[in-house]
Amino acid sequence: MKKLLISLLFAPLMAFAAGANIHLDKWPGSVKDQAALQNGAKLFVNYCMNCHGASFMRYKNLLELGLTEQQVKDNLMFTSDKIGDLMMVAARHDEQKKWFGATPPDLTIVARARGELGNAGAGADWLYTYLRTFYQDDNRPSGWNNVAFAAVGMPHVLWELQGTQVMNPETHKLELAVPGKMAPAEYDKAVSDLVSFMVWMGEPGQEYRRTLGWFVLAFLGVLFVLAYALKKEYWKDIH
Amino acid sequence: MSNQGKMDCGRRRLIVATAAVGGVGAVAALVPFVSSLLPSERAKAAGAPVEVDISKIEPGQMITVEWRGKPVWIINRTKEMLETLPKLDGQMADPKSEVASQQPAYAANATRSVKENLLVVVGICTHLGCSPSSKFKAGAEEGMSADWLGGFLCPCHGSTFDFAGRVYKAKPAPTNLEVPPHVYLSDARILIGEDKKGA
Amino acid sequence: MAAGNYEKYKSDGSLGGNLLEWVDARFPATSMWKGHLSEYYAPKNFNFWYFFGSLALLVLVIQIVTGIFLVMHYKPDAALNAAGVPIAFASVEYIMRDVPGGWLIRYMHSTGASAFFIVVYLHMFRGLIYGSYRKPRELTWLFGVGIFLVLMGEAFFGYLLPWGQMSYWGAQVIVNLFGAIPVVGNDLSILVRGDFVVGDATLNRFFSFHVIAFPLVLLGLVAAHVLALHETGSNNPDGIEIKANKDENGIPRDGIPFHPYYTVKDIVGVVVFLMAFSAIMFFAPEGAGLFLETPNFYPADPLKTPLHIAPVWYFTPYYSILRAIVWNFFGLDAKFWGVVAMGASVVIFAFLPWLDRSPVKSIRYRGPITKVMITLFVICFFILGYLGTQAPSPMGELVSQICTVFYFGFFLGMPWWSRMDKFKPVPERLTTK
Repeated sequence: MKKLLISLLFAPLMAFAAGANIHLDKWPGSVKDQAALQNGAKLFVNYCMNCHGASFMRYKNLLELGLTEQQVKDNLMFTSDKIGDLMMVAARHDEQKKWFGATPPDLTIVARARGELGNAGAGADWLYTYLRTFYQDDNRPSGWNNVAFAAVGMPHVLWELQGTQVMNPETHKLELAVPGKMAPAEYDKAVSDLVSFMVWMGEPGQEYRRTLGWFVLAFLGVLFVLAYALKKEYWKDIH
Repeated sequence: MSNQGKMDCGRRRLIVATAAVGGVGAVAALVPFVSSLLPSERAKAAGAPVEVDISKIEPGQMITVEWRGKPVWIINRTKEMLETLPKLDGQMADPKSEVASQQPAYAANATRSVKENLLVVVGICTHLGCSPSSKFKAGAEEGMSADWLGGFLCPCHGSTFDFAGRVYKAKPAPTNLEVPPHVYLSDARILIGEDKKGA
Repeated sequence: MAAGNYEKYKSDGSLGGNLLEWVDARFPATSMWKGHLSEYYAPKNFNFWYFFGSLALLVLVIQIVTGIFLVMHYKPDAALNAAGVPIAFASVEYIMRDVPGGWLIRYMHSTGASAFFIVVYLHMFRGLIYGSYRKPRELTWLFGVGIFLVLMGEAFFGYLLPWGQMSYWGAQVIVNLFGAIPVVGNDLSILVRGDFVVGDATLNRFFSFHVIAFPLVLLGLVAAHVLALHETGSNNPDGIEIKANKDENGIPRDGIPFHPYYTVKDIVGVVVFLMAFSAIMFFAPEGAGLFLETPNFYPADPLKTPLHIAPVWYFTPYYSILRAIVWNFFGLDAKFWGVVAMGASVVIFAFLPWLDRSPVKSIRYRGPITKVMITLFVICFFILGYLGTQAPSPMGELVSQICTVFYFGFFLGMPWWSRMDKFKPVPERLTTK
């Protein structure tokens, strides 16, 4: 009876399944790959930060990617000269609203925001898919549409790298009409690096958090052995 | 306690061990809480070194810049101002800048500065933290005594300082004004808050 | 438990002893220590389910301490900062990134919120299966239900503070529930919000309630809950009153001093709990999107409702009941009855001491009807909780209606089904393995 009740209490917690209606490609990257993170940071600063801020990040955080202060200052800082500054867009947010109709969202924690119930990691897959599925669509004001984000407002800022994709009306598949500077595999790697950076940026301390977690659990394990022995010692009096 | 009598050695050892390990855990758990009281990255960024253009300070003039939320004075002292300093040695609490905490070693000299004319000091009275006002004119003209040679007066408790930020004897302020770490990037630019360029 | 029942402490002549004697002459230190710990006799057969009371107290302490430190850095301000992000939202990320150790304190608090409800639900379930709310512990139970209600309010107010999309729209929906009350509803919603929409005024008053008003009430109720319990003595898995069988010194034969026996036992429980807590906090602080919901990583946007909004998991059973009511009665629309049903589904716990008419307390000596009813109730509770996290669907609506009917049937039918069961004879003394 007791076991049944316990299993009844806990089993349904596991039953949450994520139901997405678009197919997301799995993000192949990792937040432990420092070279990828550095490359992602470069792409982010060059392509995303013209419009989007990462206003909870400080340039100083980029030092954690194995870069020196001078490297960060020379290659990644365009709008600011202090390493402790926040990674803000040069334009003011209310001005941007006038130009684009909406303020481009801050991207610091977008990888976490795009997660799903039961699958917090889905945010990375979504970004990886989104940044690779822009296609030309003359019905859109920007001239671009997206498979993962229908009627998206943002134009394809990476088109130089990827080239121009079109939607085949019969197969409903994307086809590369005009090649870009990068071969498709190269482009996928670049996007993967960019997504790696964004996942890392969502919580720069995430690897440290997990490492610390193992220490805490190990410590509690030792404490458990002692506390349990102490309890046994006292309870031998009780019959 | 009633069971003290039958408390055996093994039990006592277990209590001590559990309490010791638990205590270590409790202290470790304090770490995030105590460290959260320290200055945050934002405070550190705001306290980052400040670069100042000093080429436009006329002799006898002073500018105030903010560093870590505190006023830092940069005074381009005239020859006359500098000449007052040796005369005042006898009236000063610490004429030779011997209190090491109040200036970096490179400013522990007669003028308390790197370049003779340029004084860089934190404009905060070492008594209770008011910001002294400048009384540059010698004599009684600015409300000081007739033998005043020029310097600073703290409005809160009346401490007086000379043109090197040295405190007069028998005043509430215990030490000279603090000279912050600073470095000349060029003749025209100075970095306050850091001794050498680059971390 | 009156202060005079225990002899005052007599010094052994040492400095510490003299100090203690001095204090004890002026403050009931000895009597509190003895009355609530070293001479508080608890039944000796407490099992797994009896850990959750002390664990709830532990989580309360965690929440208060972490809360105190979060308030030092958090800013309840809906205005936009230079980057166009609400200051309240940005201050949470500031805590997560810029404040040394801030991320850990914040995760402790967010994990603690869910842990609080897990522990409290298990604690309540214990009361349900062993009849702990029955005479003479009705007041203990009522204080407990009070704690549960205040805790829900505390959690609801706190959930607005990060000022994310889920915070904002969750508060919007719940405050609009007051609008369902006939005649005064709309004005009441405005009074609660202090604005015509959830805004800066709402954020500030919720902050005040969350950090001052509700914690104060909560602490008072917790003290009352423990005092009432120690007046009657604890129930146990056998549902037997141990005070009915005392030895020549007036000590219950089946009782053991809470301290040291249950203190050392609870320490084990605390360590195991902290391991589970740390596992979530360090490795999955989002709790698979249940503890920190993903839309809440977007700042509040009054112009854009997220595609799917759901309350945090601990509210979803009641939220499902709200959504299950789609019929108009007596000229009042379904919205009103949904709110009534939701409120009733929480408050109805308070009536358990009088609804349960079984001649025995513990499930151990009750028959199959009780076991089936409680099992079905737990299943219904989980189904309602699950459906509350999901987008509305016709199938879900039907299932939630069935579960809602059973939910209320369980309570309202209890005076009958609790008597109909077959009962086993209750032993005179506690059973121990």
